[in-house]
Amino acid sequence: MLLVPLAVAGVGFLLLPFAGLLQRTPWSSLPSLVTEPVVVDALRLSVVTATLATVTSLVLGVPLAWVLARMTFPGRALLRALVTLPMVLPPVVGGTALLFALGRRGLVGGPLERATGILLPFSTAGVVVATTFVAMPFLVITLEAALRGADRRYEDAAATLGARRLTVFRRVTLPLVAPSLLAGTVLCWARALGEFGATITFAGNLQGRTQTMPLAVFLALESDREAAIALSLVLIALSLVVLVALRDRWSPFP
Amino acid sequence: MALLSTPGCGAGGSESTLLVFAAASLSDAFEELGEAFETAHPGMDVDFSFGSSAGLAQQVLDGAPADVFASADVSHVVEIVDAGTGQEVVPFARNRLVLAVPRGNPGRVSSLADVTDEALLVGVCAPHVPCGRAARSLFASVGVAASVDTEEIDARSLLSKLAAGELDVGLAYRTDVQAAGGTVDVIDVTAGDGEITYAATVVIHPRPAATADRFVAFIGGTAGQSILRRHGFLTP
Repeated sequence: MLLVPLAVAGVGFLLLPFAGLLQRTPWSSLPSLVTEPVVVDALRLSVVTATLATVTSLVLGVPLAWVLARMTFPGRALLRALVTLPMVLPPVVGGTALLFALGRRGLVGGPLERATGILLPFSTAGVVVATTFVAMPFLVITLEAALRGADRRYEDAAATLGARRLTVFRRVTLPLVAPSLLAGTVLCWARALGEFGATITFAGNLQGRTQTMPLAVFLALESDREAAIALSLVLIALSLVVLVALRDRWSPFP
Repeated sequence: MALLSTPGCGAGGSESTLLVFAAASLSDAFEELGEAFETAHPGMDVDFSFGSSAGLAQQVLDGAPADVFASADVSHVVEIVDAGTGQEVVPFARNRLVLAVPRGNPGRVSSLADVTDEALLVGVCAPHVPCGRAARSLFASVGVAASVDTEEIDARSLLSKLAAGELDVGLAYRTDVQAAGGTVDVIDVTAGDGEITYAATVVIHPRPAATADRFVAFIGGTAGQSILRRHGFLTP
């Protein structure tokens, strides 16, 4: 049986880097490293921006997924491809494109600043924008697939019983696709938490304002390796806690 | 290019190829220097790996197969020589920080003191990068409390944001501004201590490549120095 040895090799490959990280961890200085302002600021920024990005993705992405799954219109396939684009685009390219669109000299950013004084680059809001851009497609694609595969008969039954479209959506559709919605939300949050390229290109890097965990780790790698290891461990621990807490409930497959 | 590094036979992989790790701010000058070296020494090939001085120094200490290491910070080279991985510290150039602004100076920046203006978007390099460290010591030496909006990971990304007009002012090397060729305007900084010194060393692990010290000597020689001068570097 070739499957088991290959699976073992797969697991080994995925876990080996963590073993390397744990082996180099400065356990004795870990408590003091983890409570340094740089780490606390980065962690707070990461959690806040990733959560805000996920909320934004839900507000915009759930309707988008519904439109892509349930409505037919010319160019739908193209729209679906465009929505998926941020997933395949190198994040730095995404960040640069965001700068051209929402930067001070940008297509929308320029008029926005002149009209309202709002400046998105180099701000915490900019971090949310950049991470939403790269993370939202994960939610949309996961949810859209589930919506397309969901049994329409329950929705039809509810409609024939007199329920309005929004009620059907709230009380029948969403509960039907709840596992995928949760999976998509978790993926979105995780992707937002780990985002680096788009953030550093669009929002820049400043402790307390835009320096999220991945940025802090990258910079620490070159200046203070022990701090980098501590930061990485915090990030991994945070992700593990979230994933384990959700356990089987976030798998899109029943 | 080999997928795995083969030890012995000169770390670059063969007797006629040198691998030079150099600071990102040296890229234009060193590419030209490499070509001049290859012309002066037929049969020799020079390959470059440019990056942040701190990152490259760490790689060399970790055993990366570089033959020569040129840093924008003398302390990295001293660290490598002290660790027994480098031969000797050879300073070869200096660079000076200037105020860089987008073409046309939309932020109406006139002097170093303007970096305290919160209404302006100010960019510097990250503190562990020599360009960023130099900026911090410049601010300290002049007593300026800069209101920095971003600390970029290297001078090149700082300059590209300035050129795009997304930042109002940045502290960058004179050489990088020169290389940006007119996309960015310069305001000289005369006060304070905004200089860095570059140094190089032959890397020895397990033994130095035979021609590595010829390259280091070339950097310090007349041909090398005139190339560096032309790119805006100052004498060591």
